[in-house]
Amino acid sequence: MSRLDHSPRAGAAPVARMLRAQTVMELRLTLRRGESLLLTMVIPIVLLAFFASVDLLETGADDPLDFLVPGVLALAVMSTSMTGLAIATGFERSYGVLKRLGASPLPRGVLLTAKTLGVLVVESLQTVLLCGVGLALGWRPSGGVRAAGATVVLVLLGTACFCGIGLLMAGTLRAEATLAAANGLYLVLLLLGGVLFPLSQLPGPLRAVGEVLPTAALSDGLRAALADSGSLSARPVAVLAVWAVVSLGLASVTFRWE
Amino acid sequence: MTAAGPAVEVADLVMRYDGRAVVDGMTFDAQPGRVLALLGPNGAGKTTTVETCEGFRAPDSGEVRVLGLDPRRDRRALAPRVGVMLQSGGVYPGARPAEMLRLVAALHAHPLDPEMLLEVLALQDVARTPYRRLSGGQRQRLSLAMAVVGRPELVLLDEPTAGLDPQARLAAWEMVRALREDGVTVLLTTHAMDEAEELADEVVIIDQGQVVARGTPAELTSSGAEGSLRFTASPGLDLDDLSTGLPHGLRAEEVRPGSYLVSGGADADALAAVTTWCAARGVRIVEISLDRRTLEDVFLDLTGRDLRT
Repeated sequence: MSRLDHSPRAGAAPVARMLRAQTVMELRLTLRRGESLLLTMVIPIVLLAFFASVDLLETGADDPLDFLVPGVLALAVMSTSMTGLAIATGFERSYGVLKRLGASPLPRGVLLTAKTLGVLVVESLQTVLLCGVGLALGWRPSGGVRAAGATVVLVLLGTACFCGIGLLMAGTLRAEATLAAANGLYLVLLLLGGVLFPLSQLPGPLRAVGEVLPTAALSDGLRAALADSGSLSARPVAVLAVWAVVSLGLASVTFRWE
Repeated sequence: MTAAGPAVEVADLVMRYDGRAVVDGMTFDAQPGRVLALLGPNGAGKTTTVETCEGFRAPDSGEVRVLGLDPRRDRRALAPRVGVMLQSGGVYPGARPAEMLRLVAALHAHPLDPEMLLEVLALQDVARTPYRRLSGGQRQRLSLAMAVVGRPELVLLDEPTAGLDPQARLAAWEMVRALREDGVTVLLTTHAMDEAEELADEVVIIDQGQVVARGTPAELTSSGAEGSLRFTASPGLDLDDLSTGLPHGLRAEEVRPGSYLVSGGADADALAAVTTWCAARGVRIVEISLDRRTLEDVFLDLTGRDLRT
């Protein structure tokens, strides 16, 4: 074996190479974690298939799938960008990975971009899978290209605000506390988010809370876009935008890398 | 090397945790292309000092320059030029050594070949084993590999051989020697005096946040040792009896269990007297030296405490 040449030849890689390497790493690690696949892929599909076939809940829609598919899509976005991101980032912080990467040539902005790209790729997979299952079950969305465009806008906004909430937890709490909080919040937002049943079925005060939460805004926004006119309604967009600005702002101020 | 002048300069550094100074007026510098060891017991302030050089902490007072730059303000410029080995962690638990090393390599412009590096550090058999299933020694070696893969000018190694088995330790020592041969500056921390003696061009002995001695291993072990004889044998020898057999004016003491010091002008006659006395009583001498002390003795002499505690 030839001896390695250690003579100094220091230099940072081009940003594009760093971004590609870091994004590939983020994706590999995400797709390798069984519990994260359970959360992001299996649970949404099972919920969709189960509630679509048993018609247990009063959705108020003519076809329960018009209600369920957008709701479960919102849940999937939340599971990846909030719960999955928060847990992974929290543990990366506690294992010193963020600290070590902070001493490497990787700029923080590139790390955050790689994480965002990782989330978006997983969300694309989720969307394809869930829409596929929905279509197989007989879901017939309307609105065409406009609906698709509105869906992309809403998913991006939702991703921004859930990433903000996830990073807020991961950057301030201990890893174990982040794990608990991220799962707890997932459950609360699932129940109060108009995912599987309409908010109108909740008692007044709970409904009022649910209506200002990002999950309900995302699921209602997707529902309006996919089932009705294909249009982007103002209220969900406004709620998501406010959450995104506040949560990302707080996260960037409070985030601790060590 | 680019700049002349020290690769690392630490001047009057003070670092406090909750008001308590863990680094208390430390001053030293590391010369380019040389190996400098910060030697001291746990809690002496070694990690805090290195992490300040790495830019993770800001000095409470005093100054730190790395390759002539400020480790915090010039972090972006320094990051590609300085290889860092944290004392622990720094790797995704689910990542495999090969992919982690490839990732770090991809962040640098002219990295070493990750596969070859894994082989040199005897990690090729676990290259595809998740990090969380690696032994402590395997994790240490991966961390060392991550510090050198980017072909830095300076590497900062915090306890590079802690927890390594003897064979892995030798591999890590070989790596440090190879770095030095190729012109890389190495700053490492250790509480193993044999490691400092073996690897370092210069040793800075620190205790309770302060530099208590510095010099080459030869300087440190010879200065102040003139006229002293040290030997290692079974503990609890009868020193009163030994003293009667020694040339006039010499004293014998047991500085640590089994470690004896004869001082007051020991010479070849004293050496003969000690060996004769031991031979007559069937005492086996494990090691004996005149006018020389180990770094461990240096530390004990300077601080009154044992390095290993």
